[in-house]
Amino acid sequence: MTGEPVLDRAHGLDLLRQMVLIRRFEEKAAELYTVGKIRGFLHLYIGEEAVAVGTMQAVGPDDNIVATYREHGQALARGIPAGSLMAEMYGKATGCSGGRGGSMHFFDVSRRFYGGHAIVGGGLPIAVGLALADKLRSRAALTACFFGDGAVGEGEFHESLNLAALWKLPVLFLCENNLYAMGTGLSRHQSQTDIRRKADAYAMPADVVDGMDVLAVEAATRRAAASVRGGDGPFLLELRTYRFRAHSMADPELYRAKQEVEEWKARDPIALYIARLPEMGFLADPDLAAIESGVAAEVDEAVRFAEAGPWELVEDLTRHVYAPVTS
Amino acid sequence: MTKMTYRDAIREGLREALRSDPRVFLMGEDVGRYGGSFKVTYRLLEEFGPERVRDTPLSESTFLGAGIGAALGGMRPIVEIMTVNFSLLALDQIVNNAATLRHMSGGQIGVPLIVRMATGGGRQLAAQHSHSLEGWFAHIPGIKIVAPATPADAKGLLLAALGDPDPVFIFEHATLYGLEGEVEDEAVPSEIGKAAVRRTGETVTLITYGGSLGKTLQAADQLAVEGIDAEVIDLRSLRPLDISTVLASVDKTHRAVIVDEGWRMCSFAAEVSAQIMEGGFYNLDAPVARVCSAEVPMPYAKHMEDAALPQAATIAQAVRQMLGAHG
Repeated sequence: MTGEPVLDRAHGLDLLRQMVLIRRFEEKAAELYTVGKIRGFLHLYIGEEAVAVGTMQAVGPDDNIVATYREHGQALARGIPAGSLMAEMYGKATGCSGGRGGSMHFFDVSRRFYGGHAIVGGGLPIAVGLALADKLRSRAALTACFFGDGAVGEGEFHESLNLAALWKLPVLFLCENNLYAMGTGLSRHQSQTDIRRKADAYAMPADVVDGMDVLAVEAATRRAAASVRGGDGPFLLELRTYRFRAHSMADPELYRAKQEVEEWKARDPIALYIARLPEMGFLADPDLAAIESGVAAEVDEAVRFAEAGPWELVEDLTRHVYAPVTS
Repeated sequence: MTKMTYRDAIREGLREALRSDPRVFLMGEDVGRYGGSFKVTYRLLEEFGPERVRDTPLSESTFLGAGIGAALGGMRPIVEIMTVNFSLLALDQIVNNAATLRHMSGGQIGVPLIVRMATGGGRQLAAQHSHSLEGWFAHIPGIKIVAPATPADAKGLLLAALGDPDPVFIFEHATLYGLEGEVEDEAVPSEIGKAAVRRTGETVTLITYGGSLGKTLQAADQLAVEGIDAEVIDLRSLRPLDISTVLASVDKTHRAVIVDEGWRMCSFAAEVSAQIMEGGFYNLDAPVARVCSAEVPMPYAKHMEDAALPQAATIAQAVRQMLGAHG
């Protein structure tokens, strides 16, 4: 899980396939939202696919993941079946959180995916604690903690960076800087907009990477992860990206210029990657149609799984508040 | 049995926990080198070392959240918050995470975390170190709230919390730390959710917990001189609440007075009162009465603080009034 990415054909195509899966999954989710199959808040990952896919290449099966309410991309890149995610958004008992969480609270502890957290900054202390447990138990693992640029305004961001650095805990802090804390632009909520530099205050190494370039993301994350795994304590990696869709389905996007959105769309992470394939030689002739049709089948199957799943019984309403009483 | 202070009883419980379970560690402000702001953890750092007795920065939200994360990661953290007023800085982690993760994950994870904190007034520490907010916390499903009133329970409830798969918050009234009492030498857990009858009587039921137990027993002694035979119930656990012990007593005495150091408005006493109405209304000979703190932030001056808090005299007077009006 260290060093530079190995760019063989299988890996190269897998990165593409995963990004396309996230894109099509999210498009389907948006469609299902408009017809009322999915309710609540829905925060789409479209535009940010290279971040989840690239970073997750450096995260191993023994590592922990703490994510945000915009976590569909991370969940898919972690390998959680699309059907269990779709079923969760339907609110079905077969969802990854049994229908208790919804879009913002995906959990799959078998894959060490510790949520979907919808209080901005609230997941960081939990990531610090998971890493503390690993350190105390001498488990060789890191905790990958995703959060957005909005989170750096929260006290918990600063407290968590300090504590993780102070105790040299294996946390990989991954800041998905999409330039907006919901509707408030970075320069309107931060005095220091160069997020990576905030790590300086905590004597923590940091780096920044173009979050629209999946290969650059993978390489930067592997370097950061190697630093964490080396026992040097936490690392802050800022990933500069952009969401192409609104903050949530309820957002009329009055706060950003259409031209800005178009400029970023010209740097679509999937299109950028496809354009680079010929120069990479071994990916000169990817069968894009085959990838698309495979992904379409996977998304269709996810919807079928969600539709077919049962609802939890209302009689079980107060389950999962406390551990079941064992006699 | 050994006679010891409430403070020493907690320390014995902590020592027992640290000795018997390698997953246990302590974390909080000044719990190590300083020895604990109330000297509860005095010399535990020397005995168990800095990995297991961890001084934290002044970052309540993050070290409590790290406790949650460490619990998810397989540890059994015991977090100390210096006073209940400081716990408000960690409310995000308490309410949004500790109480919800089991549920939001559809039962995949639990949070076996213990949080200890000092509560209550009576030490002239004014309006930011003296409040009794355990009633607030008892409002929240997903966490458990206990308030030991004796040295034996201080140790016993801590050991019970250690065996609990869910987050347990222990409220230690700060005036009790020097209180002496008999404590089991062996590790005998108390039962969370079980009230104790501290004095039997026939005329009126006095219901209280934590720091008010001593005052309530004093009041009962005063009343006994006047021929009024009061039963005193120590709730010990606010959530879960042992209402059946309360109702059984009211069934016998037909009168109930609740003594609670929280403010009267929306107090825990209000909840107990409501549950007596719901479950025992037709057994009552008089309306349920409450003796609570005055509706004012805690004043510094001693005579004013005394007037703001329930006292043995005001408890006894409430009983006399009830019997005079309806006796």
